[in-house]
Amino acid sequence: MPANKKQSRAWPAPTECFGLTITRWNMEWLQIGHIEDIPRQGSRVVQTSSGEIALFRSVDDQVFALNNKCPHKGGPLSQGIVHGTRVTCPLHNWVIDLESGVAVAPDEGCAHRHEVRVAHGVVFLEVKAGACKAA
Amino acid sequence: MKTNKKTRLVVIGNGMAGIRTLEELLKMSPDEFEITVFGAEPQPNYNRILLSPVLSGEMKFQDTVLNDWSWYEEHNITLHTGKLVTKIDRKNCVVHTKEGGAEGGLAIPYDRLLIATGSNPIMLPIPGINLPGVLAYRSIDDVEKMLVVAQDKTTPSKRAVVIGGGLLGLEAANGLSLQGMEVAVVHLCEWPMERQLDKVGGGLLKNELEKRGLKFYMSRQTEAILGEDKVTGLRFKDGEEIPADLVIMAAGIRPNIALAKLANIHCERGIVVNDTMQTYDPKIYSVGECVQHRGQVYGLVAPLFEQAKVAANHLAEYGRMRYEGSAVSTKLKVTGIDLFSAGDFNAGPGDEELLLQDSARGVYKKLVLRDNKLRGAVMYGDTLDGPWYFQMMRDETDVSEMREHILFGQMHIGDSGRGGASNVANMPDSAEICGCNGVTKGAIVKTILDKKLFTLEEVRAHTKASGSCGSCTGLCEAILANTLGDYSAKPSKKALCSCTEHAHHDVQEAITKLQLKTIPELMKALQWKTADGCHVCRPALNYYLMAAWPGEYQDDSRSRFINERVHANIQKDGTYSVIPRIWGGVTSPSELRAIAEIAERHEVRTVHITGGQRIGLYGITKEQLPKMWSELVDAGFVSGHAYGKALRTVKTCVGSEWCRFGTQDSTAMGIKVEKMTWGSWTPHKFKIAVSGCPRNCAEATIKDFGVVCVDSGYEIHVGGNGGIKVRVTDFLCKVETEEQVLEYCGAYMQLYREEAHYMERTAPWIERVGLAHIKQHVVDDAAGRTELYARFLKSQTYSQDDPWKERAEGKDAHEYQPLATIA
Repeated sequence: MPANKKQSRAWPAPTECFGLTITRWNMEWLQIGHIEDIPRQGSRVVQTSSGEIALFRSVDDQVFALNNKCPHKGGPLSQGIVHGTRVTCPLHNWVIDLESGVAVAPDEGCAHRHEVRVAHGVVFLEVKAGACKAA
Repeated sequence: MKTNKKTRLVVIGNGMAGIRTLEELLKMSPDEFEITVFGAEPQPNYNRILLSPVLSGEMKFQDTVLNDWSWYEEHNITLHTGKLVTKIDRKNCVVHTKEGGAEGGLAIPYDRLLIATGSNPIMLPIPGINLPGVLAYRSIDDVEKMLVVAQDKTTPSKRAVVIGGGLLGLEAANGLSLQGMEVAVVHLCEWPMERQLDKVGGGLLKNELEKRGLKFYMSRQTEAILGEDKVTGLRFKDGEEIPADLVIMAAGIRPNIALAKLANIHCERGIVVNDTMQTYDPKIYSVGECVQHRGQVYGLVAPLFEQAKVAANHLAEYGRMRYEGSAVSTKLKVTGIDLFSAGDFNAGPGDEELLLQDSARGVYKKLVLRDNKLRGAVMYGDTLDGPWYFQMMRDETDVSEMREHILFGQMHIGDSGRGGASNVANMPDSAEICGCNGVTKGAIVKTILDKKLFTLEEVRAHTKASGSCGSCTGLCEAILANTLGDYSAKPSKKALCSCTEHAHHDVQEAITKLQLKTIPELMKALQWKTADGCHVCRPALNYYLMAAWPGEYQDDSRSRFINERVHANIQKDGTYSVIPRIWGGVTSPSELRAIAEIAERHEVRTVHITGGQRIGLYGITKEQLPKMWSELVDAGFVSGHAYGKALRTVKTCVGSEWCRFGTQDSTAMGIKVEKMTWGSWTPHKFKIAVSGCPRNCAEATIKDFGVVCVDSGYEIHVGGNGGIKVRVTDFLCKVETEEQVLEYCGAYMQLYREEAHYMERTAPWIERVGLAHIKQHVVDDAAGRTELYARFLKSQTYSQDDPWKERAEGKDAHEYQPLATIA
């Protein structure tokens, strides 16, 4: 990705800004961007070696992360319409709950979720095989 | 002032209406209430509609239970079954029962009371009515007693007599007959189901049931039921006697208002309620068959559910909804018999009757029209179009333009792929109903029964049937009606989505009336139930605002479906297609060369000639899009909007320039039309074609707007569709000049943009409002047309910026780039 040009933000140490490579915060938490880089009611994608992870930002600025793959036919959830704490898959309108990754009934399935934290506007993502919160 | 204490809600009646109200209430405020339910029957809440299949042996009682004991526990509802409430003390707000408490009766205080006592069967006051063996047909208890007699092995031949040849009586008769009894039906009128059927339809039904072994005694009045210690027969007024081991009283139902009357709550035929389902005592609400609303008493399930929704809304103190009465339609739930009736089917003075009778096919249809609007329908044998007629009845569609075909049904107006399958009752379970999602009739029926579904929306959610293209909606409704029997197709006012109670029309009206200019403003003014809507309403609101305030409204990209947000069409693997505009389908070697080079450079996997005379490039990743667009823009192309609810293509033939039959220059005409209309956003996609002669090579008569050139000018056709449901255009008018074609085209598109519901193609729009409406605004009213055209052109001044060029130059760059890449 291109280097982020916005230098004015106050980052917590030790990183200064985004670079081409991602700085490791600790063993699991990766700093992947600023909340303002994700449009409100929108989504951005983080590419990883094990597939894409979609980061969502709700209308009230909560941030969620799910595998960018609908449990139905693998549609890119990041391209869907975000409403409340849900996203609607662009391919066949399955609705996925962002907090749990679980499809809203009566549909059944789960897009695995990832832990995500926002501190001082900086978004941290825990990258490992996701797990389902709800059954 | 509300305190922390929970509101005590007591419900009298553990039937479908009362419990449905609780379900709706728990959805809205799960923790606000302390709920107590009284049920006279010992069972939990079951689906009374399904008594007929239980009687006929097609279902077991367990399958009809809607909410089992655990449901009450889960929601902390105190349930008293088998206990009769004997008194409502309105002064102290307490209900009393006769027994069940420590000192004899229970006394439960309430803050709010819901009366849902339903109705009682009418037991005729004739001698012998109290004999053992005389039963009503109302509860599972009645059915079980009938089954005991029917399945009694000691007497070889058993005879049942059903008094009453209405809906309920015939279902009982059919069930008992399937249980092996010899069944006779006694009826006061000349033909059965006279409240739902006219004489001819009733006659057909009677013949069919006679073929199945039922015996009918019509125009007969019962004088007495005979028997000493149990029923042995009955005697008519004319003296004739017939034997019987079982007599079923199905002469009608009467609202059960005894308790309310005792408490001096105002009752007429039923408990009188206002539009919020409140009785004359403001603490007491009432729903279901015991209620009288605007003089009307209902005995079908759909109105009860609408009432339940409203009552719950007011109990939860949202105070938003009003019940405004229901239009009802009826189906007979007898396997293999298709019957539908709705509205006022007996023609009065000034009404017109349209009739179709085909004895060999066993089909009978009657439609009653007044002032070119449908008022009633009776159908027998082929009821597939019932929901369609019903919808037009409620929309008050002007049907003058389709009256030649209307009797033959919606299919005749255009439908492909159904293979003429119209009799839902006789379809095999393996018949595929929804071609898009591969759902069979058997699967739908099973889901309806297993999941206890009542509405089309529920069927759609659980089976996906009719959820994609929607062309099988009528079939799904017919199956639902056939499975449940009693069913009204849709509430008369259909909410835009579950975030709101408002219909499309309300929203469109509010935008201009209240001068609403943003989505949050709109949601606030119309009391949206969700913070920021959903994927159904947001795109609709965005469109309506854009159409209402051209140039002023700031398009909300977050409320756009992905295709319109990134100006390319998403494919099944998440890649996109790119389809540049090719004006009127005319291209050149240099344009083709440019496309070829761009396709090669970007290693495009598929290059395809589209149905709209363009070239589609497939398999493009999102990151590639801006680069590719910038190259296309440099070569002189603009976006083709192949991804949008917008003007798509203007298809043309070569016309008089080359064709030996051509009458006008259709190619040049098409290009002019496309230059005028491109970039406009519409409620759904919009396709145009211009054919150079009536041979119509550009297929103008299946487009949203079609021009067919003739020697003396241009014929204008509207409302065609070549998709799932093929619909040939309606002829709008003939004009003489190219300028007129442009003016009529712009005016018609603007009318569609302003009036149609979001996601409604021109074909269903015209069927909803009637062609006469379009003619009036676009043809007859010249001044109105000029204004529509002017508004269209004004709106176009804001929409003809090429979205590809803007994005090639960097607009919305974040849409096309990942946030981060982790090695």
